[in-house]
Amino acid sequence: MTENYFEVLRPGINTTFQDNGRKNFYHIGIPFSGAMDNRNFVIANAISSNKKNNPVIEFALQGPKLRFKGDKVYFNVTGDVNFQILRKNKIEEGVCYQNIVLENNDCLDLISTNRSVYGYLSVNASFKVDFYLDSCSVNTKAEIGANNGKILEKNQIIKIENITKKYSLNKLDYINSKIENIRVIKGPHFDYFSKTAKELFFKEKFSVTKLTDRMGIRLDGPKIENIKNTNIKSEGLVKGTIQITADGNPIVMLSDHGTIGGYPKIGVVISADYDKLVQIPPGSKIKFKEINLKDAETIYKLYEMETQNLISKTK
Amino acid sequence: MIKNISNLGDAALYCDFGNDVNKEINSNVIQFFKNIKKSNIPGVINITPSYNKLIISFDINITNFDKIKKEVEQLNFKNEIANAGKLIKIPVCCDNDFALDIKRLEKLLKLEKEKIYKKFFSKKYYCYMTGFIAGMPFLGDLDDSLYARRLDTPRVKVPKNSIGLTEQFCNIYTFESPGGWNIIGKTPLDIFNNKNNSSPNLINPGDTISFFQISKSEFEKKYD
Repeated sequence: MTENYFEVLRPGINTTFQDNGRKNFYHIGIPFSGAMDNRNFVIANAISSNKKNNPVIEFALQGPKLRFKGDKVYFNVTGDVNFQILRKNKIEEGVCYQNIVLENNDCLDLISTNRSVYGYLSVNASFKVDFYLDSCSVNTKAEIGANNGKILEKNQIIKIENITKKYSLNKLDYINSKIENIRVIKGPHFDYFSKTAKELFFKEKFSVTKLTDRMGIRLDGPKIENIKNTNIKSEGLVKGTIQITADGNPIVMLSDHGTIGGYPKIGVVISADYDKLVQIPPGSKIKFKEINLKDAETIYKLYEMETQNLISKTK
Repeated sequence: MIKNISNLGDAALYCDFGNDVNKEINSNVIQFFKNIKKSNIPGVINITPSYNKLIISFDINITNFDKIKKEVEQLNFKNEIANAGKLIKIPVCCDNDFALDIKRLEKLLKLEKEKIYKKFFSKKYYCYMTGFIAGMPFLGDLDDSLYARRLDTPRVKVPKNSIGLTEQFCNIYTFESPGGWNIIGKTPLDIFNNKNNSSPNLINPGDTISFFQISKSEFEKKYD
């Protein structure tokens, strides 16, 4: 039997194996991790006719360049990604949300994400990866998950197994929605901030700084004045939590966040807007909009219906 | 007991046990944590105990805030689950190479280092919570005379396995990490074992820790 694998010609900036994350370990300091943009992760596996939680390769801004060795395999890319396939003598422009074949020695060059951060590569097969605490998701801080908890490195090999014959060549019509407002439910320390600060928080725009990664987004904008206490006794966090640091800047917790923190929480991004939030690249602006719990729950149901609808279109 | 339950976003419960930090309130938090964990409420995906709060996050596809809140309030609460904390002994080497902030503490606390170590090693510490980085235990309470504020500028890299003090607490840096606690020594023990696939944490909330001092040669031997 032919061995099928990718050779990593260029690893990309922050390329990791991810699935839907680790459950039930926050109490020992291990965050959820998992694919940042859940919808694009789920769709990637659906297009590949894979199991829902099959490991994928997640890349950020600049993706990897991979050479396929073996018989043949189909893959698809989700997100808003600019990529090419290099076959013998020709270069083919890649199309997202569609299965594409790779044959022996073909190269896949995931050049960059467009006005977004994360993209996903799925194959109609399984990447041969290690699991830790029931998940392959790489957490580079705790050095756990697939690939010894590390990002991809140049010249390494990614083994591919269980190649399936089931695939469709139809392109899924899906456009990643443009970022409007990020909707937020008020947090338990909302009243730590001055009246003016609370108004500014929902009125002004904040810039996404370069200090942004899988752990969190640091924002810059009008200073949010704390009138009570800039520190609280450390307590648990969830992804999407917006803390205000002592210098008055917001930081938003993302999937690899520290499990506890000691800054007041002004709000939490609603679950339905999390995928949009993580895709906002450094240099762009965010505007927060206040929303109540009941509306957030309704909006989530619509988000989930839309995801299921997209999945059903891949069948 | 829980004073108030509110929502933290649309997929988590924020259980408030008050504002004080003490062992009594914290053991209450841990009792709740263990009871909720055992009761397997559908949809619960993470429970994070801390000094005086308990955050329960849930899968919004399976359940919602109102449902989980009711289930937590109606929990068939068993007290005995809580009394299972272990006693764990941790060796610490206080060689100058590892005790990065001992000189600062001597000045700040107006105590000689021998006295600082004597006070530090003569007490047992209670684990309030673990987290921030994987496996990091937050332990207390220190003797009053050892209360020191954080470094004015946090270190970019605190070496792995360093023992740090701040206010009434001490901790162990389970990984190299940024941090502002006053470092007084280093343990050769790995507190978080990322090769252990079932229980990677040596120290869990509710456990009791006693530190004992070892020499540099003992420290190096344990590393072999």
